[in-house]
Order: sequence, then structure tokens, then C-alpha cells
Amino acid sequence: MGRNEMTLSFSARSENEAFARIAVASFVSQLDPTLEELNDLKTAVSEAVTNAIIHGYDSDSAGKVTIDASIDGDVVSIEIYDNGRGIEDLELARQPLYTSKPEMERSGMGFTIMENFMDRFEVTSELGQGTRVAMLKRIESKKALYN
Amino acid sequence: MSLQAELEHYRNVLIVRLRGELDHHTADIVRNKMEAEIIRGESHHVILSLKDLQFMDSSGLGVILGRYKQIRSKGGKMVVCDVNPSVYRLFEMSGLFKIMNIYDNERMAISSLEVVS
Repeated sequence: MGRNEMTLSFSARSENEAFARIAVASFVSQLDPTLEELNDLKTAVSEAVTNAIIHGYDSDSAGKVTIDASIDGDVVSIEIYDNGRGIEDLELARQPLYTSKPEMERSGMGFTIMENFMDRFEVTSELGQGTRVAMLKRIESKKALYN
Repeated sequence: MSLQAELEHYRNVLIVRLRGELDHHTADIVRNKMEAEIIRGESHHVILSLKDLQFMDSSGLGVILGRYKQIRSKGGKMVVCDVNPSVYRLFEMSGLFKIMNIYDNERMAISSLEVVS
């Protein structure tokens, strides 16, 4: 099977968080992932999209969030990016339990969850330009058991 | 794809049953409903019953920790029960079990709170 790609772009509205993670899960389901793998992916997507909406765009729904996903063999690559305000101090933002918005009851666990649930995780950001999260996960396809 | 929160007072315990998906979008429902009940003060403790919670991310952790602080400041306890494996992993990763006890089901959660109250 060759490389398979999809792109999804949507308004920075909180009701699209569920849409985004379910769309990515549907795309990945062709690899026959386990429920746990699927849940890991959905959670990581949810974290990245929520960050883009809350932090990238300050909950301004005029912003757009884009997801590029691809499947190559048994590897899923997902990039999620916004054109929002960017992150000033990436190292600080990645600290477990750190949040720039404690008044919104944010747990500060978003980046930690993405790092733990995916096999590879990378975040790049430029002030005033936006933030891009690139993640990768290998799906131990159930089909492999029968090969 | 939404979230339902069912709240029930049982003796001095507020049982909160969450069904569906708890994320940033649905966190407000949980926050508003629980906050109002805790402020009313009918119950001293809170049980979060999560058997039918199908999805949760860090926004869910945030709203749970917020209510934990609220009930603690009034001298009460919060415990969780019936947690599925994926939600369990999130709780574990965030250190939630260091501050909150976990039980297999509501009955065991209730009896644990009756002992302390």
C-alpha cells in the first residue's frame, strides 16, 4: 500500500475538537488499530487542536486549524498547525502541569500527553506566526498477527 | 458526541455520573453543574462515577482538579470510581491518584466515604 494522505481545515471552534479527533480516527481505522492505539491518537489530536483554539487563537473562531495526516506503511504522521499568536517559551510550555491560563482551569498536561501517547512528537512555534505540532505513531496492526 | 452529567445526592455525598466525551468543549457543562451543587452545600463529599465516560483529555483533568480544590476548601473529599483503562492512564500520568482515591464501583466509593465522615 502506498502513501495515503488527507488534509482537514476547520474553524477554531471548540465543537470541532470532537470532529477533528473522530475524523483522524476514521482515517487511521484502515490500519486496523487497537482500541488503545485509536484512543491514544484521538487524545493527542484533541490536545493539539484544543491548544490551537485556546492558546493560538485565544478562542477567536475566525482562526483556522489545519490537520495534515498521512499513512505510510504502518506509520501514521499527523501535523496540526495554526496561524495564531505562537508560543513565547516552548521549553516552559512543555513542562508538565505548566499552563499560561490557570484561570481557565487548564491542567497543563497537553504536551505531556502528546509526548506520552505518540511515538514521536515535535513542536515548533514562531511568535505572531503560529504553532505546528508534528506527531508520529506506529500502528501495530492486528493483521500482522496473521502474516 | 456530547456529554451528559447526572447528579444525585445520596446522604451527604454528591454522586456525579458522566456519560459521553469530556473535552474542552464539554468541560463547561461539568464545571457549571458541579460548581452550583457544591456551593449549595447539601453534600459534603463527591464521587465521580465514570463508567460511561468514553473519552477524556487534559481539559477534563482541569475541570476535575478545579472541583477537587473547591470541595477540599470546604473540608470535603472527592473520590473516583468505575474508571476505564484510557481514563485511568490519564489520571495516572497527571498524578491524580496521589490526591484522590479510586474504587471499583459506586458502592465501594460510598462506603469509603461513610467511614471517614
